[in-house]
Amino acid sequence: MNTKTLLLKDRIAIDAAHRIAPAVLALLFGAFLVLGTGFAQSTTIHNAAHDGRHALAFPCH
Amino acid sequence: MFGRIFLTALAAGLLSGIFIWGAHSIKITPLILAAEVYEDAGSSAGNQQEQPQQKAPAAAESEWAPGGGFERGFYTLLTDVLTSIGFAFLLVGAITLRGRSIDWRRGVFWGVAGFAAFYVSPSFGLAPELPGMQAADLSARQAWWLGTAAATAAGLALIALQSRAWLRGLGVGLIVLPHVIGAPAHEITTGGGVPAELASEFAIATLVVTGLFWMVLGGLSGYFYNRFERS
Repeated sequence: MNTKTLLLKDRIAIDAAHRIAPAVLALLFGAFLVLGTGFAQSTTIHNAAHDGRHALAFPCH
Repeated sequence: MFGRIFLTALAAGLLSGIFIWGAHSIKITPLILAAEVYEDAGSSAGNQQEQPQQKAPAAAESEWAPGGGFERGFYTLLTDVLTSIGFAFLLVGAITLRGRSIDWRRGVFWGVAGFAAFYVSPSFGLAPELPGMQAADLSARQAWWLGTAAATAAGLALIALQSRAWLRGLGVGLIVLPHVIGAPAHEITTGGGVPAELASEFAIATLVVTGLFWMVLGGLSGYFYNRFERS
């Protein structure tokens, strides 16, 4: 009984460890993409993304 | 695990991006083009429609910008798809952190949370802008927008996923805080460039289109995340 509980705990901990790194990586990559298309102040990127930025209600100009 | 996240975000983001581009092309872009007629008329008359820190007119002439029609539509498609994939990675990353099983129905709820964090709360302080509308300093608005989105997302996570009362209270506080601080304001003067009818039509159109987009993105993310589980 006791061993079983420990094993279950270990499994949950291992599962969490496997999830957290990829999840954080995904969050960082998502933020990088959204910041790039929606918020970069480069004039070229702004001009290319202009209509999309307005339509997505990002601050523009 | 990362393969599953990557495939889910790519598939859901790509399809939702094409969806929102279609909706933008039909409902939103015509309003932007109509507003630009007033924006151009305003700036040629010497009115200060644009921000002072915005590039000088001479520099604007020499900067690259997409041509009209097809080329402009193509770059909007690119922007919509890349932004949509970015939002999909944020959503799927959060779903993975949560670690519970998901299907398309639960995905729609995740999408509604994304809509609240990335549209409703920021727009409550900074209304969606048409070209030519008067607005405060760009960097200040961007900082407030991003801070509000992050605080709303964190607040929603605390309220929905924590059972302790003080943590939920903290979540409410995080959602309210940006609005207590207040969005960067500007002085509203008469004679602004864009007609009010156009601006209100634009605000409601972005509200509906962005809401639909987030529900589609959330539903597809849940569907693909579930489907790619055994791959």
